[in-house]
Amino acid sequence: MKRRTLLASGAAAALSTAFGAPLRAQEKTKVGFIYVGPINDGGWTQYHHHSAGEMVTHFGDSVELVYQESVPEGPDAERAMTQMALGGADIIFTTSFGFMDPTINVAAKFPNVKFEHATGYKSAENVSTYSARFYEGRAIQGHLTGKMTKTNKVGYIASVPIPEVVRGINSAYLHASKVNPDVEFKIIWIFEWLNPAKEADAAKALIEQGCDVILQHTDSTAPHAAAREAGNVYTFGQAADMAEYGPMPRISSIIDNWAPYYIERVQAVMDGTWTTSNRWDGIGTGMVGIGEISDAVPADIKAEAEAMRDAIADGSYHPFTGPINKQDGSVWLAEGEVADDGALAGLNFYVEGVDGDIPS
Amino acid sequence: MLRLEKRPQPSKAWTYAAPLLAVVITILLGGVLFWLLGKDPIAATRMIFWDPLFGDFAAFYLPELLIKAAPLILIAIGLSFGFQAGIWNIGAEGQYIIGAICAAGVALAFYPLEARWMIFPLMIVAGIAGGAAWAMIPALLRVYFKTNEILVSLMLVYVAEVLINAFSVGLMRNPDGMGFPGSRSLKEYPAAANGDLFPNLGSFGSGIHWGVITALFAVVVAYVFLTRHRFGFNVRLAGQSPRAAAFSGVNPNRLIILCMVLSGGMAGLAGMFEVAGPSGQILGSFPAYYGFTAIIVAFLGRLHPIGIMLAGLLMALTYIGGDAALQPLQLPSASIQVFQGMLLFSLLAVDVLTNYRIRFSKGAIA
Repeated sequence: MKRRTLLASGAAAALSTAFGAPLRAQEKTKVGFIYVGPINDGGWTQYHHHSAGEMVTHFGDSVELVYQESVPEGPDAERAMTQMALGGADIIFTTSFGFMDPTINVAAKFPNVKFEHATGYKSAENVSTYSARFYEGRAIQGHLTGKMTKTNKVGYIASVPIPEVVRGINSAYLHASKVNPDVEFKIIWIFEWLNPAKEADAAKALIEQGCDVILQHTDSTAPHAAAREAGNVYTFGQAADMAEYGPMPRISSIIDNWAPYYIERVQAVMDGTWTTSNRWDGIGTGMVGIGEISDAVPADIKAEAEAMRDAIADGSYHPFTGPINKQDGSVWLAEGEVADDGALAGLNFYVEGVDGDIPS
Repeated sequence: MLRLEKRPQPSKAWTYAAPLLAVVITILLGGVLFWLLGKDPIAATRMIFWDPLFGDFAAFYLPELLIKAAPLILIAIGLSFGFQAGIWNIGAEGQYIIGAICAAGVALAFYPLEARWMIFPLMIVAGIAGGAAWAMIPALLRVYFKTNEILVSLMLVYVAEVLINAFSVGLMRNPDGMGFPGSRSLKEYPAAANGDLFPNLGSFGSGIHWGVITALFAVVVAYVFLTRHRFGFNVRLAGQSPRAAAFSGVNPNRLIILCMVLSGGMAGLAGMFEVAGPSGQILGSFPAYYGFTAIIVAFLGRLHPIGIMLAGLLMALTYIGGDAALQPLQLPSASIQVFQGMLLFSLLAVDVLTNYRIRFSKGAIA
């Protein structure tokens, strides 16, 4: 208890003397971001930063943005967060799964600072979690993939084997195989979220194996560059629109739009109404955006994909609606049954038809 | 005109002055870098070198400094013997990772048994053994097949990285982790945790864990071995004059194996302390490149135990201070890496003066 009070008073002292800006710190709400990649990675981190920028534009002078990019997941992350809290941040967004335990640890030391951790599952009184239902976007990608592939071989560059990534693979496969039963997924795991060199190697290897659609759950544009070089290969923007690679190879994208959420949460801190929560939004609220489907896609297929997008948005269609079997053939969801959020959150198996094993 | 003339023997004074001058040059060049980035160079330099030690939040930064310096010093001490003997173990990072895997393996095998008196020492043994065994691969290949230990040890780093990824999603995955990668947290397993030994010291603890104490101990032991023991003499002799070493009865193959095992064991030990303490779990993001940074530390410290300790602390300071300067100044993260790179290059440049002296020759102009 004594240590906690000490820390709390330390944090309070930090608020008033924060790095030579004592007066402004009192007036402004200081919003911190811990990024896993560089802010110009073209994907995941860039869109968090972009959304942070929109949040700042919304609030203008009443907020102060502070961020640290390329923070390694591990003990260094804990230090970066502590520095931010000591620097007087009122709310800190930690935007990678690997920041989960560090966020929980640092939050325990700074009970007056609010923390928001993206894509994890641990929360606390001052730690909220938020994520997006990317699998909704994957369903649309899967549909386009099944329709567009000619070789029926689809490459999938997977990052880290966590449920979010497994959900994406399952959702894409289910909707690809629904319109094209012959489709086959080749999955390469690179165990990183961002590594342009590895991503490019994976894309080239998949293209050489005959894949003519490359899906990615990694953050860089390197697979698009590899696809453009090979020609006649389709790709999808990941986390960012990556429109610079359209209309070919990029034919659509999943865009992360965190800005409305960031604005809402920072507003709550300003109003003193912030409470811990667990947000999981999708296309309906705009947290998941579907990038413009390019002219390389025939109009009728584009219309189907857009209809699916709208059905998911208004809630009339759920991408995980039975009948769906697990990879081993056992029943997961019966006819008409919809997966509940708890099962989706911990999803750790492939659906029937996906080859290979989740790394274990 | 300026001319470089080789000294008959390396200058003693410059041996010690070069690292200091390199630090000064780095600070000046770093100032120029920050100025070019549009930041206040004085403020940036102060935030990196001064604030962590004497600033408002020194109580937080000083423990962090020890945590960061301990593995660097441990690994660099181990490497320094081989480097003096001309045996180049570049793969300490891999040995560090394998040491961590072995130590964590022991801890997880006993979970949730509460027997710290047995488990913690066993983890230390496993960490050392794991790192040493990984270093034995390039050592034996060199002794029996004349392969290049630089290449083999470096390549084994990538193998170790693949292994830790495989373990974090496979054999060692936390069964209560909801399918996410990563082992159980050893920090939360009292029998295995390598936590702060004086957590009530200051508002952020002392930062002193068993690894810090071991690093300090290693400095002393290495100093004694290097200056007072025959092994230290053999190592230096083999590096300076392999032929003379052979004549005085030094078995080169045995020396290779000894140096590789020593450096691998120390790296593995550092990995053990890290996985049980600051890092806390087997995870793909565990490798923090301490094994590579330690090479810089070893050379910056002149391969001398005391020098390595100071260099390890300085290197840790550039990490901690660099990170501290990133946020308030909003520097790009690469600028700190550039800054650290400058330190090594300045040292290499200044080191010329250790072996050469500058002469002004008047005749050459005409």
